[in-house]
Amino acid sequence: MFQSLTNKFEGIFERLSKKGVLSEADVDEALREIRIALLEADVNLSVVKSLRSRIKERAVGEEVHKALNPAQQVVKIVNEELTASLGGETISIKYASKPPTVVMMAGLQGSGKTTSTGKLAKWFKAQGRNPLLVGADLQRPAAVDQLRTLGEQVGVPVFSDPSNPVQAASMAIDEARNTGRDVVIVDTAGRLAIDEVLMEEVRQISDAVTPDYTFLVVDAMTGQDAVNVAEAFNDKLSLDGVILTKLDGDARGGAALSVKEVVGKPIAFAGTGEKLDEFDLFHPDRMASRILGMGDVLTLIEKAEDTFEKEQAEETAARMLEGQFTLDDFVDTMRQLKKMGPLQNLVGMMPGLPKEARDVEIDDREVARLEAIVMSMTPTERTQPELIDASRRARIAQGSGVNPSAVSDLVKQFMQMRKMMKRFGDAGTKKIKKNRKKRDKKKNKNKGRGGRTTPRGGGRVTPKATKLKSKKGLTLPGLDQISDRQLEEFGENLESMNNDQ
Amino acid sequence: MELLEILIAAGGVGTVGLVGAFVLLRGRASKTELPTSASTSRSTATKTSQDVETIDVDDPDVDLLEDDIDERVPDVDVVDDKPEESQDLAPAVKPSFFDRLGKARSAFTGYLGGLAGISRVDDDTWEDLEDALIQADVGVQTSMSLIEDVKAEAKEQKTEDGSEVLSLLKARMHRELEDKDRSLTLDDGEVNVWLFVGVNGVGKTTTIGKLGKRLTLEGNKPLMAAGDTFRAAAAEQLGMWAERSDAEFVRGSEGGDPSSVLFDGVQAAEARGCNIVLGDTAGRLHNKSNLMEELSKVRRVAAKGAGHVTEVLLVLDATTGQNGMAQAKVFTEAVDVTGVVLTKLDGSAKGGIVFAIESELGIPVKLVGLGEGVDDLVDFEPVEFVDALFE
Repeated sequence: MFQSLTNKFEGIFERLSKKGVLSEADVDEALREIRIALLEADVNLSVVKSLRSRIKERAVGEEVHKALNPAQQVVKIVNEELTASLGGETISIKYASKPPTVVMMAGLQGSGKTTSTGKLAKWFKAQGRNPLLVGADLQRPAAVDQLRTLGEQVGVPVFSDPSNPVQAASMAIDEARNTGRDVVIVDTAGRLAIDEVLMEEVRQISDAVTPDYTFLVVDAMTGQDAVNVAEAFNDKLSLDGVILTKLDGDARGGAALSVKEVVGKPIAFAGTGEKLDEFDLFHPDRMASRILGMGDVLTLIEKAEDTFEKEQAEETAARMLEGQFTLDDFVDTMRQLKKMGPLQNLVGMMPGLPKEARDVEIDDREVARLEAIVMSMTPTERTQPELIDASRRARIAQGSGVNPSAVSDLVKQFMQMRKMMKRFGDAGTKKIKKNRKKRDKKKNKNKGRGGRTTPRGGGRVTPKATKLKSKKGLTLPGLDQISDRQLEEFGENLESMNNDQ
Repeated sequence: MELLEILIAAGGVGTVGLVGAFVLLRGRASKTELPTSASTSRSTATKTSQDVETIDVDDPDVDLLEDDIDERVPDVDVVDDKPEESQDLAPAVKPSFFDRLGKARSAFTGYLGGLAGISRVDDDTWEDLEDALIQADVGVQTSMSLIEDVKAEAKEQKTEDGSEVLSLLKARMHRELEDKDRSLTLDDGEVNVWLFVGVNGVGKTTTIGKLGKRLTLEGNKPLMAAGDTFRAAAAEQLGMWAERSDAEFVRGSEGGDPSSVLFDGVQAAEARGCNIVLGDTAGRLHNKSNLMEELSKVRRVAAKGAGHVTEVLLVLDATTGQNGMAQAKVFTEAVDVTGVVLTKLDGSAKGGIVFAIESELGIPVKLVGLGEGVDDLVDFEPVEFVDALFE
């Protein structure tokens, strides 16, 4: 597996932080590593070069003499430059004063235009708008059918004219006016950037509908070529923004950085899954902080919320602290983790995780093996693994197709973990009881909240994260060291997910 | 000592510890921050939240999304076919790989064309060479090691001449790609199954369509099995190709089990005397483990009965960057990929990642898509591929 960019930067900065003063040579060495890391993430070479020189200029320049330590300084600079390159801030859609607001989608073949069109329609609907979809992709047979299927799923009508895409697009505007649709999204045919005929057609559609927004759909897995594509489309259409697709893959998405940098237009939206609602405004700050190894807590929790039942998670954690965590719970958790993608990725996002743990390569097949072992145990063995003797072990090993030593390793590690947890749990019990009393008093506050609100930020009623600060004498040292800010982000995110239910 | 550290240590710095750590983090986050329902579970759950002074209680719906299968929508449509109705099945002159690669070649000339005139290769020149490889998506590590090798060779041979250095680099790259079996396996008297796999939007369905015609022309009797039961209208798209290339066609219901489509395809092929089943599959990102498992099953089932899986072709988009390597690795683990089909090479992308894939993983590139027409799927020519990069 590739070493993640996050780990790489951590490595670089760790080395830097061991030195008292940041010399030009240090900066150069760091920049060499940063160059490789960025290139491995598919950031365009020319973008890497300009980033490098900007970072170097700032790092070796006057700022070196300020109060921050050198490593902090470089981290700060790299972070700022990456965030700035990625778009600075989230785009906000301004609706046309005279409806409809027209949005046009363009992009290469297979980048995900049609799906993004459907997702965007759903997003507009969630904003309280009434979109109309236009199938102007007459190039590929059945493309309009696909759009219709998506339209049905989202509950949005689809307009198309099989004879002429340009005409279809302009007729759709009238149709939208007549039927009270205030947003029109035009899906165009997929093309290679070099195909002049099709590029011309797309330009004609653009001329016919004069879109308020023209989005280029870009696959997050695109390599060095992303900038050529973006430039070609930008020359023809003057883009307003980019929609980044397939961000749920494990590509590091350097293309996003490159396109933004070269075209100078923001990444407006990102598609993060196969479901229609796995699509939202792009958050450049999150992506940059993830690159820099700050652990993208937000993304982790969003993913977690997708697959976890909150109560179940609480219960499991509580049982763990009571020493009642069973192998069934263990397998359950693993299965849920597995749904979220490769464990390696998740590890990078978990806050407060010691570096040794982060560096370990996690093989997802290992998860399958562990699962097989547990599934070969009887229910009793899963709750009381101490029962497993040599003969049981041999049976389990045979059942799961592993060496008996693998079974004992798992049981040993599991029991150790359980014991350790119980010790912490016991030490904390006293404090908990106190807390519980207080909580019960407040129990009935804030009822009746709910309903869909805009993603994130709306209607905050949870206690401020600062109240959650650890108190003297608490007994979960590791967890206490997770910063207030991280906790706050956790909370905000969980809340917005909660509101969305 | 930090709790998480202890936990990880106890779990042997591995999955066990991480799972434990996750349970705690998750439980705590949910607990401390989230106003949750006052259900019975709360009493135990509270124990994880020793540092919470006050907890406001709310009554949220806890019904989270449980079933994500139904809501999956196809991520991408594969669209690189430009059907040409006028095209008949008359054998076309096989396009030369070299000739067809015009675009990619000319783009490369931009970086390297001037090299031949250089009489003394200096550090900047080496960097230019490396940059050129990187810009072709060969990958930074691969490019660096190639350049290091050639640097050493040049030093050994005491040459600083630009064109000689270029020849050394070419020769070095040729060596990585030579002696590979790039033929497509077709066993006599068997129902051969060729599976086409890959991430979303790379051109699997189109590749099958183009290959179908070629196989028919070569006197085979292909059957196309629409194993992409997920993307709306994918089966229709393949059906049109089948018609166009005189191939038999089998499809299942939308949203059905792709394995069963392949199983039916093999049975139908046997019954109708077809010697080859071209199995389409839905595009999937390689980090979705459930979908990769589904794919493994498709491969297993395709080998049942009369079916012999003789090729598993990973379809890769030439615009793909370094992620292509991860794709190749994971797909190979899941379904034992036998070759790569590189599509959309006629765009401005160079497809350099296949060089890294072939040299690192030993998976040969077998076919290349050079255009939107039905005849634009050609055999991969490694020497010409490398040469074209430099001329």
